[in-house]
Parts: sequence; C-alpha cells; structure tokens
Amino acid sequence: MTRNLVQAAYIVSAVLFVLSLAGLSKHEKAKEGNAFGVTGMVIALAATIWLAASQSANALLTLLFVLVAMAIGGSIGLWRARVVEMTQMPELVAMLHSFVGLAAVLVGFDSFVEGGDTGSGITIHLVEVFLGVFIGAVTFTGSIVAFLKLSARIRSSPLMLPVRHWLNLAALVVSAALLVWFVASQSVLPLLLMTVVALAFGWHLVASIGGGDMPVVVSMLNSYSGWAAAAAGFMLGNDLLIVTGALVGSSGAILSYIMCKAMNRSFVSVIAGGFGQEVSLGEDKDYGEHRETNAADVAELLRDASSVVITPGYGMAVAQAQYPVAELTSQLRKKGVNVRFGIHPVAGRLPGHMNVLLAEAKVPYDIVLEMDEINGDLSGTDVVLVIGANDTVNPSAAEDPTSPIAGMPVLEVWKARNVVVFKRSMATGYAGVQNPLFFKENSQMLFGDAKERVEDIIKAL
Amino acid sequence: MLIGVPAESKPGETRVAATPRTVGQLVGLGYDVAIERGAGARSSFSDEAYAASGARVADRDEVWTADLVLKVNAPTGTETGLLRPGSLLACLIAPALDPGLVERLTAAGVTALAMDAVPRISRAQSLDVLSSMANIGGYRAVIEAAHEFGSLFTGQVTAAGKVPPAKVLVVGAGVAGLAAIGTANSLGAIVRAFDARSEVGEQVESMGAEFLRIDVADEGPSATGYAKEMGEDFNAKAAALYAEQAKDVDIVITTALIPGRPAPRLLTEEMVASMKPGSVVVDMAAASGGNVAGSVADELVTTANGVRIIGYTDLPGRLPTQASQLFGTNLVNLLKLLTPGKDGRVVLDLDDVVQRGMTVCRDGETLWPPPPVQVSAAPAPTAATPPEPAAPKPPPDPRRKYVVMALAAVLFALVAANSPSVFLGHFTVFALAVIVGFYVISNVAHALHTPLMAETNAISGIILVGAILQVGSNNLVVAVLAFIGIVIASINIFGGFAVTGRMLQMFRKD
Repeated sequence: MTRNLVQAAYIVSAVLFVLSLAGLSKHEKAKEGNAFGVTGMVIALAATIWLAASQSANALLTLLFVLVAMAIGGSIGLWRARVVEMTQMPELVAMLHSFVGLAAVLVGFDSFVEGGDTGSGITIHLVEVFLGVFIGAVTFTGSIVAFLKLSARIRSSPLMLPVRHWLNLAALVVSAALLVWFVASQSVLPLLLMTVVALAFGWHLVASIGGGDMPVVVSMLNSYSGWAAAAAGFMLGNDLLIVTGALVGSSGAILSYIMCKAMNRSFVSVIAGGFGQEVSLGEDKDYGEHRETNAADVAELLRDASSVVITPGYGMAVAQAQYPVAELTSQLRKKGVNVRFGIHPVAGRLPGHMNVLLAEAKVPYDIVLEMDEINGDLSGTDVVLVIGANDTVNPSAAEDPTSPIAGMPVLEVWKARNVVVFKRSMATGYAGVQNPLFFKENSQMLFGDAKERVEDIIKAL
Repeated sequence: MLIGVPAESKPGETRVAATPRTVGQLVGLGYDVAIERGAGARSSFSDEAYAASGARVADRDEVWTADLVLKVNAPTGTETGLLRPGSLLACLIAPALDPGLVERLTAAGVTALAMDAVPRISRAQSLDVLSSMANIGGYRAVIEAAHEFGSLFTGQVTAAGKVPPAKVLVVGAGVAGLAAIGTANSLGAIVRAFDARSEVGEQVESMGAEFLRIDVADEGPSATGYAKEMGEDFNAKAAALYAEQAKDVDIVITTALIPGRPAPRLLTEEMVASMKPGSVVVDMAAASGGNVAGSVADELVTTANGVRIIGYTDLPGRLPTQASQLFGTNLVNLLKLLTPGKDGRVVLDLDDVVQRGMTVCRDGETLWPPPPVQVSAAPAPTAATPPEPAAPKPPPDPRRKYVVMALAAVLFALVAANSPSVFLGHFTVFALAVIVGFYVISNVAHALHTPLMAETNAISGIILVGAILQVGSNNLVVAVLAFIGIVIASINIFGGFAVTGRMLQMFRKD
C-alpha cells in the first residue's frame, strides 16, 4: 500500500519535472515551469520522507535527521540564491553541480555498504554503484575546477600537460580495470581507488579547458550531474531518480551541443573532454593602427543614428555595466532610435548569461535578439556598440582560414556603418587571438571601464 | 577667409553649393560667407534665409573673387577667368574625363579640389558627393519610373480586382542601386538586383531585394571600391541573365558605371524589344554613354514596342532642396577637414590621402592623377596566401551507421539476456526519459538557457531521495554519509529553485 502510493507520487513528480522543463523553453510559460518543478520536488520529497520513516526502525529519529539536514542545506541554498550577483551566476551554477556530484558519490558508497535488496543481480548492482560513483566524482571535481576558474580564484588558461590525452585515456583504462577487480572481489578498496582516480580525472578534464570554453563546460557538467543522478537511480532501483537524471542529462547534452555548434567545435570531442585548444598563438602580424574616440563623440554618433545595435560580452558583466547600458537604451529609445541587442550564443561564461544580465537591468527581452536574427540587419545599422566582447565579433573567424577561431560563427558587426568598441586595452580576448575589427576603417576604440564610459555617454547625451 | 558661393550657370542645374543650414556651419568654422543673389532660388532657399544664417548676399564679381569658391558644377571658361590666382575652388571637376578643364584650372593658378575624386575610404565618406548624390539619384530614378509606369508598384487585392505588384530589376548595387532598391521595395514592388561584385549580395538582401547570382568564378573584390570591367565568360552569362529578366520585369534601373570609362552596355536592343509594352527603363548611366541600347541623355525615349527609356542625367537635381543640402554638408565636412584650427584658415595637407586624392592642381602645378589608394574593405587576395584547403572528408557511408546501430542492438540484447527483469524495466524508463529530455529541450529559447540550467540543476538534486532513504540505516557510516548527502543536495534544490525564480522574475516584455 505505502509502496504503491509512493510509486504513484513518483510518477506524478516525474510528469511535473517534464512539464517544468517544457515550460522553461518559452518565456510565457517559464514561471509556470518553475512552479511545476517545485511542486514535483515537494511531492517527491514528501513521499520519500514518509517511505523512509515507515521503513525505518526508529521513525522519529529518521524524520529528525532528515528535517535537520534539509533545514541546514535549505537555508544555505536560499541564502546563496538571494545574495548572488547575477554576474556570478555561472559560478553558482558550477558550484551547485559539484554538490550533485558529491551527493552521488556519497549515495553510491552508502548503497554499497548497505548492500541491499534492489532486486537486480549483485553483479549489475556493483556495476551501477561503480558507475554512479565514477560519474559523481568526475562531476564533483570538474565542477569545482569550473567554479574556481569562473570566480577567477585560479588561472583560467588551459592546463597543458604534455601527455594529457594519454592521461585521460589511462584514467579510463585504470578505472575499467578497477571495475573488473571490484565486481570480482566485492571489496571496498578498488572502489576507493577508483574514486581517487575519478576525482583526479575530473580535475584534469576541466583544468585543461580554457576559460573561453566555459559555457560548454558548465552545460556539460550539468549533463554529467544528471547522469550521476540517473546512475544513483539504477543502484537504488528508483525510477524517479532514473527519469529525472536522464532528463537532466540529456537536456544538458543538448545545451552543450547548441553551444558547440555556436563555437564550431565537435560535440564528441567536447563530451569526451580534453578538448582544450591546440592553439598556436599570435603571429606578430601588423594590423595597422586603431583609432581612439571619446564619450562625447560617441554620444554625438548615437544622437544622429536611427538604428543602434549593442553587442555585449563578458566585459560588460565584469564591469557591471548592464544598468548604465539599460539606461542608455531607454534614453535612446525615447528619442526614437531603434536600439536592439545582438547576443552571441557563447557571450559570457554561461549559455544565456547576457540575457539574464540584461533582464536584471530591465531591458525588455523582445529587443534582445540572437546572433542569427540580428546578423542580417547589421549592414543597415548606423552604430554598433561592442561592449566587452572580443572573440564573438572577430572578423578573422570569417575571413582568415588560419585563425584559431576560423569558422566560428560571429556577429558581423564590421558591416555596420560605425562600430564603437568599449575595451580596457588592446589585449586579446579569451581565445588569445588578435582582433582585426579594431583596426578597421569604420571602427573606433573607446578605452576604459565599460561602466564609466557608458555613464559618460549618458551624461553627454 | 571669405567663402564665395556663386549661382550655378549650367543650364538646367537646380542645385546650389550652400544652404542656409550649411552657411551657419561654415560661419561656425570661422569663415565669412558671401552668396550670389538668387543662388538658392531654384532650391527653394531665399536670399533672406541665407542672410538670416549669417551670409552676405553679394554680386557675382565679389563671389567669384573670394578666397574660397564653393560650387556644384565645374566653372565655365569665362567663370575660370573670374577666379583669383591663389584662391581655392571646390566643385565637381571630373578630372579623368576632362583634361582640358584641369589644364585651364592649372593655368589660372588656383588650387582646385575635385569633390568627385574623393577616395572611397570610410573616413572620407562624409565628403563624398558621388555617394550622397547617387543616393538621391537612386531614389529619384524609382520615382521617375513610377511616374511613367502605367500601374501600381504595390500588389493589392481590391473589390475591383487584383493588382499585381510591379517587378523591378536594379542592375548595379552601388549607392544609387541600393537606394533604388530600398525605394522600390518600400513602394511595394518585387525587387531583384544584380551586380558584378558578388560581395555586395548581402547588402542587396539587407535592403529587401533578391540578389541574382550567376555561376562564374569570383574575380574577387576590386581594389578601388568601384566595379571593374569583367571577363568574357562573366559577360556572356550576365547577358543571358539580363535577357531572361527583361522578359519578366516591368521596370529596369541600370546604374553600372566604371570610373573613367564609358558605361558598359548591359541591355541590348533585342532585350529592350523583348520587354512588355509599358515597361520603363531608367538608365542612370546615360551621361557616360548609357547602359541601355537606345537611351538618350536627358531624354525620355519611347521604343517601337512601347518601352519607355528614361535617360535623365539630372536625377539628383530633380530633388534640388535635399540635393543642395547634402552637397552643402559634404562641402562643410570638407572644410572641417581643411580647417583643423576652426579659425577660418585653410590648411591643405597633401600628406593626407583624402586631401591629396581630391587635389587636382595647386599653384600652377597639376597634381592629377593622385597615387592610388587601397580602399577595399575586403583583404586583397595577395595579402595572405591561404593554406591549401584540406581535402574534404569523404561523407561517411550511411551503411556504416546502420551496421554500428545493429551491432549495438545485438550487444545490448546479449547483456539484457543475462540481466534480471527489474534492471530491464529500469532501463526502459531510462531510455524513454533520455528521449523525452532531448525533445523537450531542443527548442528552448536561447535567452532562457541560464534559468533552464539552474532549474535542471535544482531538479537533479532529486538525488536527495536516495540519501533520505539511507539516512535511517542502522549502520552509522551509512547514516552519516547520507546525512551529509541530504545537506548538500538540499542546498542544490532550494538554491536552484530560488535562483531560477529570481531570474525569471526579471524577464519582462515591453
């Protein structure tokens, strides 16, 4: 009776989770989607807690444990969610992924120690435990490295060990060997050894990926965290975990795939990891001279323009310039200027990062367009403001077949009549490639902190 | 210094080199401005308006002897005689086409700047009268065509029957061509365009026209920014295209000009003869020989089969008020460049490519032609030799895919045969959930990626269920590990949902 009720609750939750993800695909239904997700989670947890209490020898104690633990975790989570800056969203998401990974590792060990009656044969159970712990451990350290890189606590440039591909392969081979040993011996030692290997593997996997590829890494880890949950579902024989994990795993994979397409990278090599660039950096080519401008001239340019496109990048997030940019946008719109935003799929450090920042600053989302929507209009645009973007507006991707970013679709801002580039200095972007855009006849550089410069322009207007 | 603006003497010329607005700007640069009485009359600018913005209305002799003379057309023989040696003249000169004029100006000892010899670099766009005049010329060409055309441009369905939209072909997608495309498009016509430079295809499409392409090896962008003469093969294919289009379209507007050469002949007599009666052809190159067989400069010709060929060469002048304003602004921009101190003194810097390119003669010395300027935005093909293109990978044999799939199925069947049924049940659920996940997410709006990721992250905290079921265990190690698991998974769930909610709150629509 209890089991059937719980099972029914799980089915309802699974359906709600599917609806939740479906809702989040569209603006109109996104909030509803989040509500579905919360509801599904509440139902699933309530049913599980009831089940746990009814199974346990000491129901009260179990309940107490669960509630205390959830209260601690919940308050930490809510606190972090409330205080996090929108620009730090990538770090938060990466951090949260690591928790799922760690939880998967813990559940896996528990499941092994508990032994237990999952219905499936012991061999299969051991394989499930092993895989769950492996994926969990990789997700855990991988996410931590991603978090550290995103929050600039460690250098974001790729770690280039001489034989890194062989290291990755060796980690996989050793893990496979440990799996055989583990199934045969059923001892905890190979499991522990594998955990260490997997932790190192996850660390190395993400460490060898440069900061510019972080959007892909974050969504890839999102996918891994889902597979970890699914593996936990297999070892516990719990369909809800399997369904949810598979949903999250495949959705993360799809997101990664979209990112990869945007960056012109092979999906397989990303999922397999270790796809850090084999870049030969910076041949010293003479690109000519760039021209500098000032805020007053840019204001003049904007006043005379009838259409303006703003292409933000990570630099806008770093400078926290989204509020002045939104202010500038609304002023220009009041003057009847057609202002739109062009967002490159990998702008920022997380898919959709720019959209979230602009939404935070109350830029209406119907003027925030994707690369494909805006590229055709750029040649008819009077002024393009490039705020803290570099690689995503680099013409060499389209024009120079020897460039490390050749073939990556980019915002073709150089086709507009005027381009103003907001930048701190002439340094290169994350891909480490020089940007010929800065030296084009129709582009001008506005140096300095993006936030201050945009504020200057607003004053001049 | 004194700027003189004479009235234009060329018959039919309606424009003037300064308007009340540009006079104000010239005065702002520190100049005194004298304008000949009645100079702006045909552009609807009164002498009073000029006076009100700071100009002195003066006689012809005073205007011509000023330090700087701004004009639209080149001076006639007598007018050249009026110029003071050492003064500066800026107007249309066409030095490549009229060497006699260059000689006369050199002999007169003036410094002459040709407004139609501005190098086509972006910095100089603001003083390029060819662009600004071509722009309104292109507009006017469509208006003239519409005037002669016996039907509407826009398609309509009315109670009195259906009106088909006009089909317009624009040949040559320079400034004039693009302006014509935009105008015809906004009148509602179906617009097609062709240009020898395939690189302008995108610009054409951005103006709302269909870009017609022909299949021929691309000869690359030209170094001057203008079109150049094309090869045999290209011309044959282009001619076939024109012949085919001529039968179909109602309006043809040709704008093909190659600087310093007669205009290329694009439409032959047979092509014009194959057009529908009532069709209109506007030949914007009529002044330099014409793109269309049978066009006569400054005239409207009706052919035997009722096709009207417009050869007006004064298209910009037919919009005199705006044309004068743009021309005047180009001159103001020139003077901004020539007056770095904004103190009313001209400083001619011949090291500047723009000023050097425009200067035809100075102090009795002919400076035409200037050294060439590389202006094309596209990289010249010689700049870098592209690496050998890698041999394209042969497309994978589709049969291989099926073989792999079959192998995977067999392998899975082997595993499944040895697995307990419970595992298979779980696996079914898993496989279906993966597929559902793919389909639910594939059409997510890009803007929602971050909230979606936070949401899936919260949901994957469902692993909490596993920890909850284990926390009641009698084994202390298990209980402790499960306890930690609950704590961190809870962070995930609560944090993830809360942050998703926070982000979604911010998305709004105007």
